[in-house]
Amino acid sequence: MYRNLTIRQKQIVWAWSFLALPVIFYAVIRFYPTGNAILISFQNWNLLGDRTWAGLENYEKLWNDPTFWKVFQNTFVYLLIGTPFSLALSFLIAYHLDKLRFMHGFLRILYFLPFMTSAVAMAWVWRWFYQDVPVGLFNNILAGFGIPQISFLNSTTNALPSVLAPAVWAGLGFQVIIFMAGIRAIPTSYYEAAKIDGVGWWTILTQITLPLLRPTIVFIVVFSSIGFLRIFDHVFNMTTNNPGGPLNSTKPLVLMIYDTAFNGFDMGYAAAQTVVLFTILLIVSLIQLRLLRSN
Amino acid sequence: MKKHFKGMVAAGLTSATALFASAANAVEIEYWQYFFDARVTAMEQLIENFQSANPDITVTMTHFPYADYRTKVAAAIPAGEGPDVVQLFYGWLNDYVKAELIQPLPADTFPPSMVDEEFFPMVQAMKDGDAYWALPTAVRSLALFYNKRLMEEAGVEPPTNLEEFLAAAAAMTKFDGAGNITQVGVTAGMTAQDHHWWREGLIRQMGGEPYTNDYQTVNYNSEAGVKALEFYTNLFEGENPVSAIGFMDEPQAAFKAGRAGMHIDGSFRIGSLDKTRGLEWGVTELPATADGTRSNYSSYWVNAITTKAEGEKYDASVKFMEYITSDEAMQIWLDVVGELPAKPSVGLTEANANNDVYGPFIRGLAYANTTKFANESAQRQLMVEMVERIQLQDMSVEDSIAIAAEAEQKILDEYYSD
Repeated sequence: MYRNLTIRQKQIVWAWSFLALPVIFYAVIRFYPTGNAILISFQNWNLLGDRTWAGLENYEKLWNDPTFWKVFQNTFVYLLIGTPFSLALSFLIAYHLDKLRFMHGFLRILYFLPFMTSAVAMAWVWRWFYQDVPVGLFNNILAGFGIPQISFLNSTTNALPSVLAPAVWAGLGFQVIIFMAGIRAIPTSYYEAAKIDGVGWWTILTQITLPLLRPTIVFIVVFSSIGFLRIFDHVFNMTTNNPGGPLNSTKPLVLMIYDTAFNGFDMGYAAAQTVVLFTILLIVSLIQLRLLRSN
Repeated sequence: MKKHFKGMVAAGLTSATALFASAANAVEIEYWQYFFDARVTAMEQLIENFQSANPDITVTMTHFPYADYRTKVAAAIPAGEGPDVVQLFYGWLNDYVKAELIQPLPADTFPPSMVDEEFFPMVQAMKDGDAYWALPTAVRSLALFYNKRLMEEAGVEPPTNLEEFLAAAAAMTKFDGAGNITQVGVTAGMTAQDHHWWREGLIRQMGGEPYTNDYQTVNYNSEAGVKALEFYTNLFEGENPVSAIGFMDEPQAAFKAGRAGMHIDGSFRIGSLDKTRGLEWGVTELPATADGTRSNYSSYWVNAITTKAEGEKYDASVKFMEYITSDEAMQIWLDVVGELPAKPSVGLTEANANNDVYGPFIRGLAYANTTKFANESAQRQLMVEMVERIQLQDMSVEDSIAIAAEAEQKILDEYYSD
């Protein structure tokens, strides 16, 4: 049968037989669990017994759950503070690092190092920094000057920024590298022309550098927004005794999903939360891709 | 050479036949538990003893990381794979029964009246109607750990009642120049064992009952509940705090570091405290009220026969269950793991009940209660938040307890409705 095919058809058969591997991989590892999760979100299941149909019950419960709305809000606070902050900071560092010649490579390594460090290890070190006296680094310094200590993690207002700070710091190295590559890719002739015209650094920055960096910026925004929407390891490791606490003030959606699924064994409810997270990620990514295309 | 080789083959064949012959009437059963070093060592020892007493039965133990345990059990048993005898947390019993993963213990080998009599009373939570579904080898309870050096330095004795407890805590608390607490008299944190102390200890001691209707109705939104919570929050909220929430990250860390005078924890903490260099610790029963009322909390892991075990495997499983709930097994478990015997006949022997370390825990079992949780982590979380509302949002004790009670009732209603 194979022999009767035309060369073109044979090529297609071969192409597909090679493509089959990634296609099967994606179907089994990605699409099947995704579909299954959506299915479970309409069921009740505690991992042990049978799955029973629940209709929209899990979604109704989610809608009426004040914890969910708090967590939903937190997730966006992580996104809305984290993304602009890390964007501005990494650009500032990349912009100045690019102009610097002295110890350039060494500094670049220093900025990149946190990105390569395990998030768990880093979260625990920061957790130690934030402790109260007599152990915490920051509070010990304050106490040395006789200043009363600050509750970093055990506070409903300070905890979220405290958890976010190391997460921003960890992602900084990668963004700095991407920004520097973007800056280097701008043809020097623009800058030379600007110099000949005698324009100031501000005009160069806002008229040449930033507009030409737009694809880089969009990439970093997409990349870091998805990262902040899915934040988990920093929060979980810095608040393991009381995950997402105090009073849910640091709990992101992913942590709530984990807790519902593997402490509460309420798989249906956890799946419903997952579907919501999936939808949010999809919408945010689609919006950002549209922005990218209009460029 | 060739002759020699032939001889070897013949010898090999004979021994192989012998092996198969003995395997033919041997029963192999499987035992599952989650991985915890000392527990695995103790179980290996029990299995060895059991097998030498029952040469025709082989027990294979499999263990999993705690995180995967439930999923593996759930997937394996309905498929006819997995364990014949399985270990589970007492709080999961309902789920396992409902999912038909385990079967009741045979009444002729484990008559309920005999179990009622022989085991500590809180084990009766494992009885449903006329049959026991599962039985523990060991149980845990709470006691008050204290740092001998700090006690000596402050000139106080291990407390026996709540009044002495507060005085001792106050004597051992230290502050720095900026007014920060640098050494706590007693550790505090609902995230550790304090929520059990509050629920089953303090509330009952203040004359209340935390739950009614077989733990299906929340009952701590009462005068006793408020009194108990006030006592607890005054440790770190009052004019002269003797504790701080989150001090040195977690209570047991502060105690291990020698920065806490006293610490309430379970018998499972003994092992790790023993390994802490330079820490001189002692342990005593939880403080009583002025009129001598005591109350404690107990939890345990149980063993049960799964629905997979049938025929001769079932008989072998019953025998194995009999052995691992025997006095001998309980003594081994105490010596190896440090968990308390589930029967007074082993626990209250002269040597065990007066043991400096295990004694206070074992004596605590006599007045211990076991909370029937629907979702332990969620119910603990409510206690954590109850304290946080008072501490971080200045809510009154009464209001905060009411919110917690309502939320916990919702969890219980949801759980028992289906």
